[in-house]
Amino acid sequence: MSAKTITITSGKGGVGKTTATANLGVALALAGKRVVTIDADIGLRNLDVVMGLENRIVYDLVDVVEGQCRLRQAMIRDKRLSELYLIPAAQTRDKTAVSPQDMIRVCDQLRPDFDYILVDSPAGIERGFQNAVAPADEILIVTTPEVSAVRDADRIIGLIEAEGKDTPQLIINRFKPDMVRRGDMLGTSDVIEVLAIQLVGIVPEDEAIIISTNKGVPAALDDKALAGQAFRNIARRIMGEEVPFMSLRDTSGIFNRLVNLIKQ
Amino acid sequence: MSFWKRLFGQQEPTSREIAKKRLQLALTVDRTRISPHLLETLKDEIIAVISQHVDIEPDGVVVSLTQQRSEHRLVAEIPLANARRRRE
Repeated sequence: MSAKTITITSGKGGVGKTTATANLGVALALAGKRVVTIDADIGLRNLDVVMGLENRIVYDLVDVVEGQCRLRQAMIRDKRLSELYLIPAAQTRDKTAVSPQDMIRVCDQLRPDFDYILVDSPAGIERGFQNAVAPADEILIVTTPEVSAVRDADRIIGLIEAEGKDTPQLIINRFKPDMVRRGDMLGTSDVIEVLAIQLVGIVPEDEAIIISTNKGVPAALDDKALAGQAFRNIARRIMGEEVPFMSLRDTSGIFNRLVNLIKQ
Repeated sequence: MSFWKRLFGQQEPTSREIAKKRLQLALTVDRTRISPHLLETLKDEIIAVISQHVDIEPDGVVVSLTQQRSEHRLVAEIPLANARRRRE
């Protein structure tokens, strides 16, 4: 068995890469897969706090690359899922402390022991992004339905294709079905038409994400969270299952209630 | 857009439609590296070249970029000057 390396990236910051990485890691581990997540955002580490593992860090990715510790020593086991690990980023260094070759070497060393390696990319198109993409077998682009985020996603797709990697797949995050319906947000079809890549998941805007990040308990662990369900669905698609997209219909407005009444 | 506006057919674009248009134009510029400035230059040169052979309305010339799916197009609209039936 050899792990598949999946890099989660976006171009624009703040669209939910780290949240997506943490939740997909949890969801894949919940499905019984052996998973390691790597925070490739050297200098601005965050995946540790989103996963609730920030108090357990002794060694980090830069220590591994520089030979200060063995790979195993930098791997933090998740509190809840015994087959989920995190390799945190260094907080005191910058992106140049790691090279794309280092990332390929670390991932190759991890491959025999895992089913999935998830790499959380930093924002931007510089070294940190190149580090994150170098070891990837598959790439997931996270975007929100906003002009700026989709534009950056397009740029990133071009850079990934220039690297000779397969065309990435898309996660649309922070989706608000009621706004789309009102004509005040780009719809899934708009984003897909413009970017012309395959969709792997739609994650609705959900307060449960903020609450789960407050607690350091990813929403994928919460059976009731809609966003958690969306991430579990994406994990199943990553594993090769056919999972229909959630129906994210807005049923709050009086007009919709009327339509529903008439339909019944 | 409200229900009533839709019902009475007032065609005001929604912010969703505006976003899509702006996004498509931004991506076309990003992908093709054809800037608005270059479009102006192209327009001036097209007017100069065509005018040597055909009477056109230079003020009505529009050179623009469009996108449909993954296909990008450079579109030039060149109105002809009053085309009367030939009398000679």
